[in-house]
Amino acid sequence: MSALDIHAPLVERLLVQFLREELASAGFSRAVLGISGGVDSALVAALCARAFGPQNVLGVMMPYKTSNPDSEGHARLLASSLGIATKKLEITAMADGYLAAHDVRDRMRRGNVMARCRMIVLYDQSVDFKGLVIGTSNKTEILLGYSTQWGDSASAVNPIGDLYKHQIYQLSRHLGVPAQILDKAPSADLFEGQTDEGELGFTYADADRLLYLMVDERLSEAELVERGFDVQFVRRVASRIAATQFKRVMPLIAKLSKRTINQDFRYLRDWGK
Amino acid sequence: MDCRLTVAQTNPALGNVGRNLEEHVAAIEAAIAGGSQLIVFPELSLTGYFLKDQTAEVALSLDSPELARLKELSRRISIAVGFVEHASDGRIYNSVAFLEDGHTLHVHRKVHLVTYGMFDEMREFAAGSGFHSFASKHGRFGIMICEDVWHVSSGYQHFLDGVDAMLIPSCSPGRGIDHASTELGSERMWRTLLEAHGLLFQTWVVYCNRVGWEDGIFFWGGSRVIDPFGAQSAGLDGLETGRLDARITSHELRRARVATPLLRDSKPWILAQGLARIGNGRGA
Repeated sequence: MSALDIHAPLVERLLVQFLREELASAGFSRAVLGISGGVDSALVAALCARAFGPQNVLGVMMPYKTSNPDSEGHARLLASSLGIATKKLEITAMADGYLAAHDVRDRMRRGNVMARCRMIVLYDQSVDFKGLVIGTSNKTEILLGYSTQWGDSASAVNPIGDLYKHQIYQLSRHLGVPAQILDKAPSADLFEGQTDEGELGFTYADADRLLYLMVDERLSEAELVERGFDVQFVRRVASRIAATQFKRVMPLIAKLSKRTINQDFRYLRDWGK
Repeated sequence: MDCRLTVAQTNPALGNVGRNLEEHVAAIEAAIAGGSQLIVFPELSLTGYFLKDQTAEVALSLDSPELARLKELSRRISIAVGFVEHASDGRIYNSVAFLEDGHTLHVHRKVHLVTYGMFDEMREFAAGSGFHSFASKHGRFGIMICEDVWHVSSGYQHFLDGVDAMLIPSCSPGRGIDHASTELGSERMWRTLLEAHGLLFQTWVVYCNRVGWEDGIFFWGGSRVIDPFGAQSAGLDGLETGRLDARITSHELRRARVATPLLRDSKPWILAQGLARIGNGRGA
């Protein structure tokens, strides 16, 4: 057993309650999310189906012309296993309206534009469906900053943002996410042949073990090296976390007045609900 | 002492004193109808917990109409209620009022304000200055609010004061899902703390924790009553609102204290000497 292991029924119960209560306090009981065919969105779809009933969950598939067709197949497999509604809304015309017109070739820029197109679609669909956009970023990728700011990271509430990838798999298995989704290599599918682990340069298993000890257990660099981690790996991950902090906070506001939003004007979002 | 009590495991609406007050009244009426003599609500039960800048906005003075309404009900049942107290000198406290027979019998102001990790209470509240037990018509009680319990000196004072029960209103957030535990880390810690208080101080321990979510943080409930032997005598499932009815009597207190006379054998003057020595020599 790993220290990262969770008791899946307990976490399922908590996250179903979280979804119901936080949406209710915003006046909603329906959920919209992008389903990519990957494990993170599969897990969130499964949680939403349990929280709100499958008829109140809309899974949106948003392929670009170069997206792997397997992604859509897996998304459809998931949706039919849960009984949730789906929509396929291609982003090719939308994205190319900008990418082609302005000859954007850089892979990262193109990927970010696609992620932000999907955000626009989801937020608009959520109005039509009278639901809220549910986030699908996990703790590992949020800490590593492996996301597009205001793109795939954008959501109203995120049930899985405090679960490491290892825990995502555990909970997904418990909730019956199809094996085809569990068994494939994680990929953002922004360009052909992309895998998360290939792009990050390390495995999720190693990242999870390190992040858990570094963040949750507050071990120092020396203590982590003592536990067998390569010092270069530790430093690389630590600097990556620090360098991507901007993705985890709201934009900075220049404080000028006596009372400034988020500095000394501090209220929860559940304020007045 | 033979007291039938109700522990109200509620889910207060953040900053909405009006709605919370109505829920208190409903819970109190139900407890009266069920034959209870005492009802205990969670910490900050009239306001919710992560108030931040709302703290001053929802503060109530002891002679506020909201508390007056509960005082009126206290003619029929004794009530321990959590609220933000606006003291006459302008200080704001995290308080629990014990209301009985139409009066405020006692107010405990939280002493150990929790200010680390996700908590920021010292920014919002002034700290209470002591632990004083009081005689209710149902027994001698001592109140500790949540973090107060983590400092053994709090419970020890109530123990020396000979309380029949420690009343512990709480807003404990749930956390700790690792090591495949079927029990949250926070619940495991609290179970140990509460049972230790029952065992070491040979008193009834009445724990009332809230449930519900505030901006992604949940409170794990798990309200319970621990007997003077340190064993749980009644408990609620965590996570859901609910009402726990229990009975606490002198019989168990007598049996526990005859079998192991800890209060008789306690030597508080040794503690006083030790505190003088440590206080003079090593700070703290």
